[in-house]
Amino acid sequence: MSNYKPTIPIGPYHPLQEEPEFYKLVVDGEKVVDVDVRIGYNHRGIEKVSESKSFDQSIFVVERICGICSSSHPITCVQALEDIGKIEVPERALYIRSIVQELERLHSHMLWLGLAGHFLGYNTVFMWGWKYREPICDIMETVTGNRQNYAMLKVGGVRRDIEKEHVSYILTRLDDFWKQLDMLKGAILDDPVLHSRLKGVGILSREAAIDYGALGPVARASGVDIDVRRDHPYAAYDRIKWNVITQNEGDVFAKTVVRILEMFESVSIIRQCLEKMPAGPIDSNPKDVPAGEGIGQAEAPRGECFHYIKSDGTNSPMRHKIRAPTYMNFPTFRETVIGQTVSDATIILAAIDPCYCCTERMIVVDDKDNNIMTAQDMIRLSQEKTRKIRERMLG
Amino acid sequence: MTIDQILGSINDKFGSKVLKTHKTGDKRAYVDIYPKDIVDIVRFMLKDLSLRFNIASAVDDFDGIEILYHFSLDPAGFVVTIRAIIKDKEDPHIDTITNVTKAAWWIEREMHELFGVNFIGNTDLRPLLLPDDWPKGVYPLRKSFISPKRDSRKS
Repeated sequence: MSNYKPTIPIGPYHPLQEEPEFYKLVVDGEKVVDVDVRIGYNHRGIEKVSESKSFDQSIFVVERICGICSSSHPITCVQALEDIGKIEVPERALYIRSIVQELERLHSHMLWLGLAGHFLGYNTVFMWGWKYREPICDIMETVTGNRQNYAMLKVGGVRRDIEKEHVSYILTRLDDFWKQLDMLKGAILDDPVLHSRLKGVGILSREAAIDYGALGPVARASGVDIDVRRDHPYAAYDRIKWNVITQNEGDVFAKTVVRILEMFESVSIIRQCLEKMPAGPIDSNPKDVPAGEGIGQAEAPRGECFHYIKSDGTNSPMRHKIRAPTYMNFPTFRETVIGQTVSDATIILAAIDPCYCCTERMIVVDDKDNNIMTAQDMIRLSQEKTRKIRERMLG
Repeated sequence: MTIDQILGSINDKFGSKVLKTHKTGDKRAYVDIYPKDIVDIVRFMLKDLSLRFNIASAVDDFDGIEILYHFSLDPAGFVVTIRAIIKDKEDPHIDTITNVTKAAWWIEREMHELFGVNFIGNTDLRPLLLPDDWPKGVYPLRKSFISPKRDSRKS
């Protein structure tokens, strides 16, 4: 037998996901022995585009980087610009920024939870997750006018105020959401099948998480206690009480726990913000952005967003560096996938929440049997494993 | 630890190797150094001062290509940026820091691809973002690169 190892190409396009990417898994039997990823299919050169836009336009451009966390990039961008000009933001605007950020985290985590459920063969979780996400998008529409791409942020404040009569509506919807989330938490975290399916799978050690510079829920599930909201306070996060959720196991289960518990914190943050929000202006109407350099950081649902902007005194950035959290979390699956089985690869890749595992156009090339597997086969493999565990446990 | 203490310990350790330090507020500082000292200073920042590597970014400036390495001190909320200015725009090169931290793996590939910076000692500088048939020696984030008009869409 030669050294030939079958390779599984995954991607680059997947109808479930917002971004295409191409994974190459090298397998030895059932085991993944090497993994590589090719990204860039969606590279739009936004850093270059931003250099040709005015600062106000740049905020709209970066809002279109991602459809899921479409207020994370604008808030990071405006914070970088505010850092250049040392621009003050009115108190009320800071609270509104926090509310929008947390609503976004809720719907993003809910979306992830649904898809993760689907890949594991828990389609009820998928239905619940996406159903309960809807009211969050409705609140978003009430607050910002849009379900996605909110256009809420501007240098020196926010564009829209939260009306008094909307507050009780938001609180009622949040109360409903809390109950649904509590039910979902019990259904997922107390399920013995999911325990044996996800625990010990795709472990990212604390050392590896630090070495790769992992961020957000991925780092926090590996016991790295970082959260930009607490460590580099922005918006209104230093004015209210909330907790950073961490777990020590680093496996897929720990990442799920972190995301679910974070949603409770988010609801609590929104409630406190609505309660404490002072009356007053929402915009400080700053003039120009002076020459200089600024850095903005914000905790997106997937981890720290980082923007560096250099201004030469004109009205457009001379350099606009954008670093999304997935950029740092992505390379960690060299640590987590290698040594695991093919049926677990799907959920491990999904656990990083890059944009779920690219399972469309997946083919296993095997030199012996010429096995060819499609996306459905790959998801079925993952669901099959869950079913077997369930049968074994329930007799 | 305050940001002045961090700057102080960098100055104590590297002395004349530090060209310039300046603060742009209570939470931001920039330290200019020679490109040849980058590995030592990055190791000091990560291992001795226990900062977190955020990311690196390159800037195509008038007098050279600047590589900025951003570091965070998380509990305190500082960002300290190390700036190495590479004068030679024709053949820009600097030592790799991937032996110190794996977090720089992708960004060095990206800067190599988009700015044409050669990271000496980095064995994995394969393209990351651009298509496979992208012409050699064309670096889209350099100021000399003008984005082509999107005429192809109309035809």
